[in-house]
Amino acid sequence: MDLAIPSIDIASLGPELILSIAAILVLMVSVFLPKERKDPACYLSLLGILFALASSVTLWGKPKYAFNNMIYVDNFGLFFNMVVLITAGIAILMSINYLKEEGMSHGEFFALILFATVGMMFMAIGSNLITIFLGLETMSISIYVLAGFLRERDRSNESALKYLLLGAFSSAFLLYGIAFIYGATGTTDLKGISVFLSEATYLNDPMLLAGTGLLLVGFGFKIAAVPFHMWTPDVYEGAPTSVTAFMSVGVKAAAFAAFVRVFSYSLWNLQPDWVLLMWILAVLTMTLGNIAAIAQTNIKRMLAYSSIAHAGYIMVGMVASSELGISSILFYMLAYAFMNLGAFGVIIVFERKGEKNLDIEDYSGMGFKYPALALLMSIFLFSLAGIPPTAGFVGKFYIFGAAVKEGYIWLAIIGVMNSLVSVYYYLRVTVVMYMNEPVKEFTGITWSPSMVIALIIAVIGTLLIGILPSPYLDLAKQSILLMM
Amino acid sequence: MVPISYYLILSAVLFTIGVIGVLVRRNAIIIFMCIELMLNAVNLSFVAISKHLDSLDGQIFVIFVMTVAAAEVAVGLAIIINLFRNKETINIDEVNIMKW
Repeated sequence: MDLAIPSIDIASLGPELILSIAAILVLMVSVFLPKERKDPACYLSLLGILFALASSVTLWGKPKYAFNNMIYVDNFGLFFNMVVLITAGIAILMSINYLKEEGMSHGEFFALILFATVGMMFMAIGSNLITIFLGLETMSISIYVLAGFLRERDRSNESALKYLLLGAFSSAFLLYGIAFIYGATGTTDLKGISVFLSEATYLNDPMLLAGTGLLLVGFGFKIAAVPFHMWTPDVYEGAPTSVTAFMSVGVKAAAFAAFVRVFSYSLWNLQPDWVLLMWILAVLTMTLGNIAAIAQTNIKRMLAYSSIAHAGYIMVGMVASSELGISSILFYMLAYAFMNLGAFGVIIVFERKGEKNLDIEDYSGMGFKYPALALLMSIFLFSLAGIPPTAGFVGKFYIFGAAVKEGYIWLAIIGVMNSLVSVYYYLRVTVVMYMNEPVKEFTGITWSPSMVIALIIAVIGTLLIGILPSPYLDLAKQSILLMM
Repeated sequence: MVPISYYLILSAVLFTIGVIGVLVRRNAIIIFMCIELMLNAVNLSFVAISKHLDSLDGQIFVIFVMTVAAAEVAVGLAIIINLFRNKETINIDEVNIMKW
């Protein structure tokens, strides 16, 4: 057998390599740091993220396959790389003080966030199902640990266990789907699959359809689509808040990147088969997410259901899957990153050790006591609800616009109705903050500089994208131009 | 020579046993073993298909899957041990602080 050694193109893996090296350095450095003084480790990880961002920028606009077609570094992948890098950066900034307060300031935390980010980036640039699977597992395994990071706390434990068991369960489905696709098409290369399907005369091969269905289950789990969402509220509620912030954005972004690449590109010829299923999933996800969020009293749990609903909105873009549809997914993901991270940031500032101050009721009267914090929270929640002039409004506008353009008018109508429902529970928090009398004494909050930076980045992102959306939309459009 | 469908059916049966195990058993470690069974059922499919198609991709995939499964077990057992330290049980019915 002829074994050709592929040309090794290290440069195209720049961001991932830099981040991996940074993660290993963080692990080594933190061994020598005294307990509770792990700040250098987190500065190192932030530095790694900055370099990885810079390296992503240099790769922009020059799409190429590398490592024997295992990865495809195109703008689409790089766009998602940047989104997850920004997410990781903000999440680390938010974690520094949070971990100190919880007494769990360990260097491993930052290293794990970086490793998870590397996994996410591989999912975004992977052009072979092997790469995508490995990226997914690198990400998931790191996040299982992160979810259980506060190891003496029962809730954190429970959240890690639930995520682990269900995550591994769903990975097995994804893997079985990959095996079926491999069996039906003879390749795991995304381009190869697409070529095979466009030449195939008979697309109703049961193996192919079963494989597509199983892949849908596997990805549906990672993006928390109904009916594969049952883990989301429990895991998001129990995990450390900064980890919840990280995973609610990062995991979703990476999973959507791979989801879009596999379904809207590789399995495009099967679109008539999966589009109806996706339509139903999108409607169920939006509706159930929003309705269940109304009933929540814990704010983290409420945002967990809201994140399910947001996955539903993004799936609307996948149903449309036109050029506009895909670019609006990218745009929405960027907007969602800023607004959701910001909302969780405010929760972290307000949270006290041992899961205090996490009920929506605890926020009553906050608008008078901490006007700045309440204002920030209102901006992020308005954005999540989709009220102009915030990023969330523009994102929803483009996604539903794409759906209408492709003829999915009912889907867009259901989406808009859902976002009306969502206004109720987002505004309830604002109402509680500004109109209710405080139910209990506020303990002083501490503003750490890193948290202030994180919140400022998030609020600037949310407002800037909302007020001047066109450069970002152009960026998103550019990203899909050279896709595959 | 055994036809490929035999392998695929065996793999499907093993996978189904794994799924049922995850759904009905209540011990975290046994659930974990059932997940491993599912992964190995998939591995069997991969190898059979790889042999059938005469392409190596499937076998390479299997090696990756085994590696990932090992990593997952390491993390999983750590989480389960931690759970046992906190609650002195690994019965997942008792891990229920959070529910709606």
